[in-house]
Amino acid sequence: MRETDIAVIGAGPAGLAAALACGESGATTLLVDFMDAPGGQLIKQTHKFFGSERQFAGTRGIQIPDIIMDQLSKMPNVALMWGTNASGYYADSGVLTLEDGARFIKAKAKRVIIATGAAEKPLAFENNDLPGVYGAGAVQTLMNVHGVKPGDRVLMVGSGNIGLIVSYQLIQAHVEVVALVEAAGRIGGYLVHAAKLRRAGVPILTSHTVVRALGEETVRAAVVAEVDQSWQVKPGSEREVACDVICLAVGLTPLVDMMWQAGCEMKYVPALGGHVPVRDENMRASNPAVYVAGDAGGVEEASSAMISGEIAGISAARSLGFEVKEADARLAQLKADLAAIRSGPTGEKICAGIKCATVCGGEW
Amino acid sequence: MVRLKNHPILDFPTGREVVFTFNGKDIKGIEGEPIAAALHAAGVRVLRHSPTLGRARGFFCAIGTCSSCLMTVDGVPNVRVCTEPLKQGMIVETQKGHGHLPIE
Repeated sequence: MRETDIAVIGAGPAGLAAALACGESGATTLLVDFMDAPGGQLIKQTHKFFGSERQFAGTRGIQIPDIIMDQLSKMPNVALMWGTNASGYYADSGVLTLEDGARFIKAKAKRVIIATGAAEKPLAFENNDLPGVYGAGAVQTLMNVHGVKPGDRVLMVGSGNIGLIVSYQLIQAHVEVVALVEAAGRIGGYLVHAAKLRRAGVPILTSHTVVRALGEETVRAAVVAEVDQSWQVKPGSEREVACDVICLAVGLTPLVDMMWQAGCEMKYVPALGGHVPVRDENMRASNPAVYVAGDAGGVEEASSAMISGEIAGISAARSLGFEVKEADARLAQLKADLAAIRSGPTGEKICAGIKCATVCGGEW
Repeated sequence: MVRLKNHPILDFPTGREVVFTFNGKDIKGIEGEPIAAALHAAGVRVLRHSPTLGRARGFFCAIGTCSSCLMTVDGVPNVRVCTEPLKQGMIVETQKGHGHLPIE
């Protein structure tokens, strides 16, 4: 059986940042991802990041994995396993089971940082299972990673940052975005992204939803309708919009299976996307061998994922007696950066969710 | 042809062209891209039918989490074609029902 001080599950923004902090501390670290290359969802984020230079502001998401991997690959105490599913965690022994398509591997870790990310939420409407109804992340993967056009005419559902950014990326890929519908009365994401769409002539229909997809084997149109303040469709407002893709950008839900396996105390927090582990301010779960990082602990975005990953990495290493340089100052700075990212109207909801998911008093 | 060219930000790597079969028909794709991307580029959007109601199923999450795109590849059922890399000569088939592992 393989042994390591710390295992990091998932090599997206949170897992990469966590592994980097663990690596710096000198702890033996095993970073595992089921994809054949690191980066998680960064590999399709062609837009430039905001915020602080510490979280790569001004850099495109697609460039970040290489920057971090360059540092990780120079650390002899960090082992990388791609194309490897982390299929189980046995809380009584700290044993992880890994599977790489050919081999079944057991790895014993003193600490596990779970950075498994999130999955797209579906939306309930008639015929929502028709091919052509795609998650926004899937549309992004198809066009930005594989260079394949998802369709010719796209109806976008949801005006959060993902809906806005993916709409703009579709236009960059010469795909027509026929409209963006948003059930709420106002645009959810940053107005800087919404403005790009308006300049490109995309109608943004607030207080509208998709009620039905039309088509036999694939989508040929969508029926959209206006909704009132209690989210009910206004009679007579239904109209047909021709499209071959209905792109759902209606939120994500944390991938927490491994946290359930680890016996972590869980809580349903709608503001964070679903069930999340209760954690302390240093991202430690109720099982003291388990830390959570990134969207797996509550859906936000990549910048905050990198910060929570670094916090989890520093804290997990410390709990084993490994120190990173100026750990206290770094942790304070990271927490201040998180607070800055979570300021503003969207941040209020996140902050309320985080408060709800944090153990009383902030410490176990 | 629905492959992107002239993107303002991205340059797409052009890998080796390979040929695989989809339900017996030859289709060209790029080695290493997910099977689903190659199928989509060839205009194939229906990847299977649901086992009970027979409803069409396609691509949905693209990251191996939703199970919408399960197909039979080289005789092995329930392969997530959205993440499975394409290889020369692969036999890709629409899956009937839940699928059975080939046991010798």
